[in-house]
Amino acid sequence: MTNKRPTNWTDLDNAMVEHAIRRGASRRELLKMMMASGVGIAAGSSLLASAGRAVAATPVSGGHLKAAGWSSSTADTLDPAKASLSTDYVRCCAFYNRLTFLNETGAVEMELADSISTDDAKTWEIKLKKGVQFHDGHTLNADDVVYSLNRHLDEAVGSKVNSIAKQMTEIAKVDDTTVKIVLATANADLPTILALHHFMIIADGTTDFTKANGTGAFICETFEPGVKSIAVKNPNYFKSEGPYLDSFEFFAITDNNARINALLSGDIHLAAAVNPRSLRMLEGHDSVRTSVSTSGNYTDLNIRLDLDPGSKAGFVEGMKYLIDRETIQKSVMRGFAEIANDQPISSASRYHNPNLKPREYDPERAKSLFEKAGVLGQSIPVIASEAAGSSVDMATIVQQAGAQIGMNLDVQRMPSDGYWSNYWLKSPIHFGNINPRPTPDILFSLLYASDAPWNESQYKSEKFDKMMVEARGALDEAKRTEIYWEMQEMIANDAGTVIPVYISNVDAVTTKLQGLKSNPLGGMMGYVFAEHVWLEA
Amino acid sequence: MCTLPTSFTPYFLIAQRLGIALITLVIVSFAVFFATELLPGDVAQILLGQAATPEAVAGLREAMGLNEPAIYRFLSWLAGLASGDLGISYVNNMPVTQLIGGRLISSLKLAGVTTLFTVPIALSLGIGAAMARGSLFDRVVSVLTISVISVPEFMVATLAVVIFAVWLGWLPALSYGVEVDSWSAMLRGYAMPVITLSFVVSAQMIRMTRAAVIETINTPYVEMALLKGASRSRMVLKHALPNALGPIANAVALSLSYLVGGVIIVETIFNYPGIAKLMVDAVSTRDLPLIQSCAVIFCVSYLSLITFADVIAILSNPRLRHR
Repeated sequence: MTNKRPTNWTDLDNAMVEHAIRRGASRRELLKMMMASGVGIAAGSSLLASAGRAVAATPVSGGHLKAAGWSSSTADTLDPAKASLSTDYVRCCAFYNRLTFLNETGAVEMELADSISTDDAKTWEIKLKKGVQFHDGHTLNADDVVYSLNRHLDEAVGSKVNSIAKQMTEIAKVDDTTVKIVLATANADLPTILALHHFMIIADGTTDFTKANGTGAFICETFEPGVKSIAVKNPNYFKSEGPYLDSFEFFAITDNNARINALLSGDIHLAAAVNPRSLRMLEGHDSVRTSVSTSGNYTDLNIRLDLDPGSKAGFVEGMKYLIDRETIQKSVMRGFAEIANDQPISSASRYHNPNLKPREYDPERAKSLFEKAGVLGQSIPVIASEAAGSSVDMATIVQQAGAQIGMNLDVQRMPSDGYWSNYWLKSPIHFGNINPRPTPDILFSLLYASDAPWNESQYKSEKFDKMMVEARGALDEAKRTEIYWEMQEMIANDAGTVIPVYISNVDAVTTKLQGLKSNPLGGMMGYVFAEHVWLEA
Repeated sequence: MCTLPTSFTPYFLIAQRLGIALITLVIVSFAVFFATELLPGDVAQILLGQAATPEAVAGLREAMGLNEPAIYRFLSWLAGLASGDLGISYVNNMPVTQLIGGRLISSLKLAGVTTLFTVPIALSLGIGAAMARGSLFDRVVSVLTISVISVPEFMVATLAVVIFAVWLGWLPALSYGVEVDSWSAMLRGYAMPVITLSFVVSAQMIRMTRAAVIETINTPYVEMALLKGASRSRMVLKHALPNALGPIANAVALSLSYLVGGVIIVETIFNYPGIAKLMVDAVSTRDLPLIQSCAVIFCVSYLSLITFADVIAILSNPRLRHR
């Protein structure tokens, strides 16, 4: 195949086209997109072919995959309840399975569960698949599921999803392959909640997590926290497809450049979450490509509505007009982000409200709003930190925009260490960072309900709380969507959280690595890549 | 001291050194403990991260036994240390010895290889430069050592990776995670970290050695040796060098002590799982037993190097040896 690349064509553009293909863009749309950016038909076709190759191919078995995440420490764990970093999620996904999982479109599919049914969204019956074996030979039954779910309710375990699990008031075994779950209030999202990485199923009675005994596609051979783990293929895996790899080694290289260099030199096959700013390093290397996934991760500017100056009418709205979303998307994120409209449900979710347009950058309008609020000329502190990714860059952009209209924003950069406990949620104006969550309900109850533990702007609305409970119990999709759309509008207009962009995750991989798709639960295919990818010879 | 038999004097001095080392160790360990207590947040909060609701933190604290006063936990750890038990990590419930074990060996291996490689080169360059003071060789060595000191090690390391791993493809970019199944693989794996570290530690040694030797060369007794007709090399090696041994040993010890705890940058860039990274992890998770154990190890390695240098200085000093 001839490879007529336009001279200014970069891997970044490649990633964009691949991303578009995955999102279902037609060939015609793609060519139109390229024509618009000045790429001719002949070159365009060749580029499409090369991007298309990366999307569709037949799996090959065998090989040893080496992948590097970005953070790892002695806190690394094989206990799914305590999993807190991408590194833990990747390992848990390789060694264990969940009752359900989310596919690349965000729809729920069954994994260890055979079916999940309910009549009122309150009492649920879960039928388990039969004949699924743990690595030690034990056969999966209802006791394992009851034990795994009950652990999250025990405070001594230190589960990360304790607050979500609390709604399960009864978790009981009906027979060997049936489990009954009763919820405190109706929640139609239970199948999606069970797809969270923390709800992996472990064997009944497990307390030792120095090795993993799960039902997963890989068996844990070595696990050294803060160093590495080595996994070998599970020959008795219950799924008909996968895993294709013989073995899989996972560790972390914390330094972004070192991670990219290791990939370029061929020492690893996958470098997770590379900084978009360093993608130019990958140019000119044909053996490397990027995989982009847009999920709901975002860094937001939080203005507390119960403290000065956020309590002054017009201030929050002014800030929403003062933030230059396009500059943030283009220069801070190097294009690897989607412009957001001040509410937490991204376009990766099927409940995203597309009618809600992002506010334009309008400093004049912001100025008149600030004048009304009587804050022009005051020095207003804005707290940023590297702990909330890219927040320092974003703060600088807002600061400069403010300076042009006589608004004096005093950006204070705080150390990452201790940021979450000392500044986040506490300072009048500060930045936060929210990881993607699979359902609007989790995001709303975590971030915007009146009693939400992480109510970043202290937004309180009885109407919102009522709608949240109503949508939660609604089994009718159309009605739910309608409620969620309205709730997104309420957040965008009334809450004090300025959400400029949804940040994409960029993984860099060798072209030999095939089968990687993007997933709304996060990078590295929602952390499950190991069982789906294969290495081409 | 006058009452002691004269032959005991150096041994008395050495015993005194060892005693001071032990006291220093206990003081450092207290200092580290208080510094850790000053850090915001405790291990339960850090482990729960953003999910740290007050109830969850309280529950986890209770389960981890963190409700006992910190000083009590510290003292019981210290008592355990006296009997050789480093305690259990708060974060993952593994014995600290198990967490440290493999990584300490990795660190010592790297330090050992670097020492074997650096010390002979640094000493011969330093002594050579002193012997040929003012010559072209001396000036080249001086300029090179100064430039090597001035370049930060992350830059040396990153440049080395870009050149040798990415462009030329001769060496692996990572020192760990590459299969070490043969001598050549091991050499290839260690080459870049060792060279990077040599850059950092050897410059100091070269300069100190040169200065120490030159200082003794300027003393009257070396001049006497010259007048007596000793050759230049005999004058330096036989008369000047033994007297410069004390300061040289100190310079070498100071440089090498850096190799155990201070190599975090090299460990990060080459993904080498050593003990420096372990200490950083321990601090960021407020894992007190692990922090204390790492601190003690750094302190012991530092003190033993310094004490060893002092012992050499005492033994090589004829005035102390033959009094």
